[in-house]
Amino acid sequence: MSYSRDEFLITTIARLLETDDVRHVAVGAASPIPGAAALLARKVRGGMPRVSLIHGKATNPFCDGGREIFDAAGQGRIDVFFLGGVQIDGQANLNLVGTGEYPTVDKRFSGSFGSAFMYFTVPKVILFRPEHSRRVFVPKVDFISAPGVSDPDVHRPGGPKFLVTELCVMSFDRDRGRFKLESVTPGRTVEEVLDNTGFEIDVPETVAETPAPEEERLALLRSSVGVEVADTYPAFAKDVLGVEVAA
Amino acid sequence: MPLCVESPSPPERGRGQVRGRRFFRAQIGSPSYNRRMTNYLNDVEELAAQVPDGALLALPPEYSFVPMALVRAIIRRGVKDLHILTVPINGLAADMLIGAGCVKTVECAAVSLGEAGPASRFGAAVESGSVKIIDSTCPAIHTALQATEKGVPFMPLGGIIGSDILRYRDDWKVVDDPMGEGHGRIVLIPAISPDVAIIHSPLADRDGNVWIGRRRELATIAHAAKTLLVTVEKIQDESLLASEATAAATLPGFYVTALAQAEMGAKPLGLVEHYAPDHDEIAAYARESRTEEGFNAYLQRTVFGAQEAAE
Repeated sequence: MSYSRDEFLITTIARLLETDDVRHVAVGAASPIPGAAALLARKVRGGMPRVSLIHGKATNPFCDGGREIFDAAGQGRIDVFFLGGVQIDGQANLNLVGTGEYPTVDKRFSGSFGSAFMYFTVPKVILFRPEHSRRVFVPKVDFISAPGVSDPDVHRPGGPKFLVTELCVMSFDRDRGRFKLESVTPGRTVEEVLDNTGFEIDVPETVAETPAPEEERLALLRSSVGVEVADTYPAFAKDVLGVEVAA
Repeated sequence: MPLCVESPSPPERGRGQVRGRRFFRAQIGSPSYNRRMTNYLNDVEELAAQVPDGALLALPPEYSFVPMALVRAIIRRGVKDLHILTVPINGLAADMLIGAGCVKTVECAAVSLGEAGPASRFGAAVESGSVKIIDSTCPAIHTALQATEKGVPFMPLGGIIGSDILRYRDDWKVVDDPMGEGHGRIVLIPAISPDVAIIHSPLADRDGNVWIGRRRELATIAHAAKTLLVTVEKIQDESLLASEATAAATLPGFYVTALAQAEMGAKPLGLVEHYAPDHDEIAAYARESRTEEGFNAYLQRTVFGAQEAAE
C-alpha cells in the first residue's frame, strides 16, 4: 500500500506511544501529525493512552483555563508531550525564538510557548521536526528556549527521549547529553542523516530501517481514526487522510 | 445611555517600581480601584476611551474570547506606548496593535497567527528594535497573574533554569529551595497586575456578570487586573447567577469595570459555539501584513474604513 510522508511520520510516532509508561499524551496547538499519532496509538492499544488535544472540543479535557495543562504536567499527570524548534542542537537545546543575536534577531519566530516548563516536567518529550537539515540541526542554538539537559541541582523529572524527522528516529541519552541514531527512513541512508546534521551523534554499527506504515494502521488512519482527527484538524484529515466529515 | 463615563486617568505607580508590577495590593485595594457597579457603555469606542497611553494591557489567547472590535477601536483612538501582555500567547490582536504603532513593549510566550502563519508585524518590530521584547513562557505568565490573584508578591515555578528566557529576565530570581526539602534551585516570578485587561464574551446580564464558559484564564486575568473592559454579544435580563449551571461558568460583576455590547465582537476570530473563525479573512491579513504598506492598507480598509461606515 502506498503512503504519504505525513502518514509515515504518524505511524512512526505512534510506535513510540505503544509502551506501558505512556498513559496520557497531551498535544499542543497546531500539531496534527502528533495528534493523529496519539489517536492512532490509542486505537491500536484499545483505549490507552488518554489523548488530550488542547485545541479540540470534546477531545480537550482541560476545563480550568490555560494553566491547567502546565499544572497537570507539574503534577506528573502527563507522560508524553511534543516539542519542536527553529533550531535544535546536539544537547537537545531548543530554540523557538529566533536566529541571530538576541533580542533584535535576524529572523524572529513566534516564541517559546510553554517549552521551558514542559521540557522539565514531562518524562517523555518527543521532539518532532520533519525538516532534517543543517539549518535546523545546528552545532549550538542561537537562543535556548528550553535546555536539553540540566545540572543535578535542578529538579527535572522530564526531558527529551526521541527525535523524529523525515530522515530518521534518534533517541536521546540524558546522562550523556547525546543523540543516538535508532533507525533510518526507508530509501534514505545513514550518510544522508550525518550530512544533514550539524552536530555529532552516536551511530551504532548496524542501523535499522524505520518500518513502513503497517497496512492495518494505514486503514485505521484513513477511516475511524481519521474521523477522530477531523474533530480537531478537519483540513488535515481531508487533505492528508482523505477523511471528510460533514460539519 | 451610559451610566457614567470616566475620563481615563493614568494608573497609580508604586514607589519607583515598574508600573503594573510591584505593590499590586496597594494598587488594587487603593481608593482608585473601581468598587462601584459595572458601567454599561454604549459601544466599543467608549470602552476604548478607558485605555490610557502607556497602560499594561493584558490580551487573552487567540482561541479564547478575544475582543477584536474593541482592539480596532483602541487602534482608532491612537493609544500609544502600550505594554501588552499576552496571556499567554496571542496573534491577530497583538500583531495589529504593534503594526498600528500602539505598542512600546511586548511581553509574551509567543505571538503567532497559528495555522495562518507568522505574525509579521510582531516579527518586523522585534527585528528592527522598534518594540521592546520581553520573552516569557506560558506557565510563567499564568503564575505571575496567579500571584496577584492570591495577593502575594511572587510565586515559584519549576523548570526554566538554563534557558535564555531566564538569562534575559532580570526581574525573575533564582533561589535555593527555602524549605530545605532538597528541591534544588527554583525560579521566583514576580506578580503582574495588568492596568487594563480586555475580553469578549457571548453573554452578560444586567448586574455585570459575564459568562466565560470553561475559559478560566479569563477569570485569572480579571482577578489580577485593575480595570477590566468587556464586550459581549448579548445582554440578558435573567441573572447568570440564578442557575448553578451558568453560575459555575460566570465571572462575577465586581471584577468588571465597564461593559458594552458588540455583536460579532470577536470577528474575524471565532467565538466557541457562536461563530467559527473566518479563516479566509485571517489568511488575507496574514498575506497583506507581510509588508508595512500591505498592513496599512488592511488597517485603512478594516479599522478606519469600518468606523467611517458606522458614522
